[in-house]
Amino acid sequence: MKDDVTRDERVANLKGMGCSRKRVEDARFTQGKGNYVDDIKLDGMLFGDFVRSPYAHARIKNIDASAAMEVPGVLAVLTAADLEPLGLHWMPTLAGDKQMVLADGKVLFQGQEVAFVVAEDRYAAADGIEAVVVEYEELPVIVDPFEALKTDVVLREDTVQDGKPVDGAHGPRKHHNHIFTWEAGDKDPTEEVIANADVVAEETMYYHRTHPCPLETCGCVASMDKVNGKLTLWGTFQAPHAIRTVVSLISGIEEHNIRVISPDIGGGFGNKVGAYPGYVCSVVASIVTAKPVKWIEDRMDNLMTTAFARDYWMKGRISATKEGKITGLHCHVTADHGGFDACADPTKFPAGFMNICTGSYDIPTAFLEVDGVYTNKAPGGVSYRCSFRVTEAVYFIERMIEVLAIELNMDAAELRRINFIKKEQFPYTAALGWEYDSGDYHTAWDKALKTVDYEGLRAEQARRVEDFKAGKTRKLMGIGLSFFTEIVGAGPVKNCDILGLGMFDSCEIRIHPTGSAIARLGTISQGQGHATTFAQILASEIGLPADSITIEEGDTDTAPYGLGTYGSRSTPVAGAATAMAGRKIRAKAQMIAAYLLEVHDDDVEFDVDRFVVKGAPEKFKTMKDIAFAAYNQAIPGIEPGLEAVSYYDPPNMTYPFGAYVCVMDIDVDTGVPDIRRFYALDDCGTRINPMIIEGQVHGGLTEALAVALGQEIAYDDMGNVKTGTLMDFFLPTAWEVPNYETDYTVTPSPHHPIGAKGVGESPHVGGVPCFSNAVQDAFRAFGNRHTNMPHDHWRIWRTANALGLHD
Amino acid sequence: MIPAAFEYYRPKDLAGVLSILEEHGDDARVMAGGHSLIPMMKLRMAEVPHLIDLQDVDGLHGIDISNGQIRLGAMVTQAEIIDHEGLAAVAPILREAALQIADPQVRYMGTIGGNVANGDPGNDMPGLMQCVNATFHLIGPEGERSVPARAFYEAAYMTAREDEEVLTAVTLPVPDGGYAYEKQKRKIGDYATAAAAVQIVKEDGVCKAASIAMTNLSDTPVFSEDACAALLGTALDDAAVKAAVTAMLGDIDPSEDNRGPVAFKKHVAGVILRRAIERAWSRA
Repeated sequence: MKDDVTRDERVANLKGMGCSRKRVEDARFTQGKGNYVDDIKLDGMLFGDFVRSPYAHARIKNIDASAAMEVPGVLAVLTAADLEPLGLHWMPTLAGDKQMVLADGKVLFQGQEVAFVVAEDRYAAADGIEAVVVEYEELPVIVDPFEALKTDVVLREDTVQDGKPVDGAHGPRKHHNHIFTWEAGDKDPTEEVIANADVVAEETMYYHRTHPCPLETCGCVASMDKVNGKLTLWGTFQAPHAIRTVVSLISGIEEHNIRVISPDIGGGFGNKVGAYPGYVCSVVASIVTAKPVKWIEDRMDNLMTTAFARDYWMKGRISATKEGKITGLHCHVTADHGGFDACADPTKFPAGFMNICTGSYDIPTAFLEVDGVYTNKAPGGVSYRCSFRVTEAVYFIERMIEVLAIELNMDAAELRRINFIKKEQFPYTAALGWEYDSGDYHTAWDKALKTVDYEGLRAEQARRVEDFKAGKTRKLMGIGLSFFTEIVGAGPVKNCDILGLGMFDSCEIRIHPTGSAIARLGTISQGQGHATTFAQILASEIGLPADSITIEEGDTDTAPYGLGTYGSRSTPVAGAATAMAGRKIRAKAQMIAAYLLEVHDDDVEFDVDRFVVKGAPEKFKTMKDIAFAAYNQAIPGIEPGLEAVSYYDPPNMTYPFGAYVCVMDIDVDTGVPDIRRFYALDDCGTRINPMIIEGQVHGGLTEALAVALGQEIAYDDMGNVKTGTLMDFFLPTAWEVPNYETDYTVTPSPHHPIGAKGVGESPHVGGVPCFSNAVQDAFRAFGNRHTNMPHDHWRIWRTANALGLHD
Repeated sequence: MIPAAFEYYRPKDLAGVLSILEEHGDDARVMAGGHSLIPMMKLRMAEVPHLIDLQDVDGLHGIDISNGQIRLGAMVTQAEIIDHEGLAAVAPILREAALQIADPQVRYMGTIGGNVANGDPGNDMPGLMQCVNATFHLIGPEGERSVPARAFYEAAYMTAREDEEVLTAVTLPVPDGGYAYEKQKRKIGDYATAAAAVQIVKEDGVCKAASIAMTNLSDTPVFSEDACAALLGTALDDAAVKAAVTAMLGDIDPSEDNRGPVAFKKHVAGVILRRAIERAWSRA
């Protein structure tokens, strides 16, 4: 290294943490050179697709596949009867329930998988599907979870024995269509606090059913090699290792004979965490035919059948002193899970982390109760761009705060401020059990309100109300506030597992002799830019340039075991493993450097990209020198090579937070909202790549806008999906998206090796209530308290109409 | 989303098109941009064993403006309408409306002929063509004939065009006066919640002529003669506009869908028409 390279230049050359390094993935993605599941084409590959139920609830009297077998190119039609001898007609869900792979005597939702047609190509499969004749006997359809808990209609026959409900995976059932009750906090003390409070605000809100809708739908290619007994399964898996274990457990194929590969994934957002019938059927079809079998959903299949998100009826009571200090919170949720409980949550958390619903506030007493219910809707309940049920929790508390502010006749920003957990209270144990690792809410809030000139906005809003009343304008102005605390990075093995698999994660690093490296992780990017950011963590930890480090994920034959990417867990867990593995590399490098420099180990210290002799900076060995030495010199007492692996079990979750403000003008006559400004301050702890963070914030906010303003999976009374195409399912384009202003504070996680907290989901979690609060705030002056999302044009119009704002 | 197998034809002239239609009858359909037909085929809601692609057919392309008449070949795309400077100069309402149809990718393929011939109440061009009093030109085994846009639509997907006929061109007189195409939609790519096409001629501060048509508020486009009449001879004072809106509301018959219930659609239709009238008047 020449002397004319300054230390700052050496730091810059690494492109380590804090650098807005351009995404290394984008060269292929922007040129259409990605390699997605549907790009995989193997010799002799077949195509499988489903006959799906047109009915939401029906008994299957007969399936006649004879005509389908006559269709040219059709090779097989699998039904539950074919899978039953293998014990594969049902499969376990991640939530402790089980789910039909193919309809076993009845169907429970529209679009349910009834038969699997295997053909030489997807066109023949489609013709085959048309030719399968299924005789259905329609049954009463239950789409309302409250009705489900009253009706005699039994949706799931396995929930009843001798006329009585049998226990479910999470305890006794209250009714045959009831799945579980889950509680957190203290029931009686909460009731007592609320009963004796100065002020109580009560509200019921429905967080509608929506869908993650990744651009790439779900799919897989299964290839069973009967010669060597190995099954290779490519798929859109957010958790490839967990899928390998699940496939082994349900198929009986030994795990070493299964190789699961997640290639490039076109967005996941929780939709690609669980296991779907298509995976099982493809594997079985490949075993039966001895050929590779591909299954790819189309858009309607994806929207109608693979995992939805939310569908939570939340009833809240919040109590406070007359000065506005919150004293208690009570929340009851009726959770509509559809026909099977296929939520993707850690095993002990059937309602996810809904018990983060005390939010960012110091609420001394609280109680949460969640009842899960079966209905004739598609299964799911995944965390769409959020940690487990955290969007629901944050929406709930951020709406309750607004409702309480109305009850107290107080400014909602001030109400938040006086109830925030204070900086000096961290680590803070919340009433519902979580230990928040760190936070500085007041600083973030003050910065946000100052930046947007909150006082000025309120003054403008007041003038607007006057003008509206005077007939000078037909547009109202809404100021949406939200302050959120996420809980991400699941999670500590002591309380987080999925199907018994602890939710640690991993990184394995190999340094090559010439000073470049490959690192493999147990996670899998779906667009988050892992290949970029994890290399930056390593660059800072081991002193080799990020550009010289390859990051590889998604192949279970090569990557170390990990639980995958969802719930913003990659940076908190695998990112920590990466740093820890890097530190093992550095520890060995230190010994090698000391040997090369002929000093004691303790006499060298790490400096950016090298070890230097303490007090003699001209004496050093770069990491590149050290890497070469590791492979070409016999060093006494040190093994050759430079590799490390780390499995990281996080001591706690991380708790990113943020302060958002949305300013919206609403056309009272047409219900059309116009977002004038959106300010998002995120504190995700240590910032690895500011550019990627900004991109994540933009994406999360856009999905938040979608959910708040129109995106829903709606059913009619017969259980028909009304929003099964992108005509009716709102996926925003550049046209609908406003400009976003991003900002940040930095409060590092005290327990994470590099202080990072995760950011991919924060903007969604904080964004949904912010957009919704803006709509609701616009009508506050006219008596609005709460209206349910989605706030599409006609529902906003309905709010205005109900308040008498139309002639 | 895979259509049933079909034969694909790409004839070079109208005689070729007509002979295939004659040979296969109901089993054959012509396709212009394909934006309505192909999705229906993929959903297997339309079965078309013989699909005739019109894009190579001679004489269906091109925009001509002469002697106060505009002729749009059936295969003229929305993008061509938007890009044509001469057309924008004489009939700016066409560009204003075309820009509100879906997105650029759709507009590069979607055609005026397909848009008006399909009879989909959600399409924007039928109402617009009624507003500008266009004429649709058809050719069939019996020869050529023409039908006014205002007499073309019978019900959803039902028009005056016979199965064996092909729509070859749209002609219209160069519109007079101020114009507006006002559309409310949920998002890019959506059909209108409500849309209004308005042309108004102003002379000495008085409405000399008015033409008003509404989109996606009945099972056909709605040309509202009564709404037009309400404006005639007035200075478009509030009472006249109100009367026009009331008249229009008497002519539409919206149905509930994911865009909202009937009451909302009627309310929005009134708001949209009022805005369209005001904008057209300001340009008149």
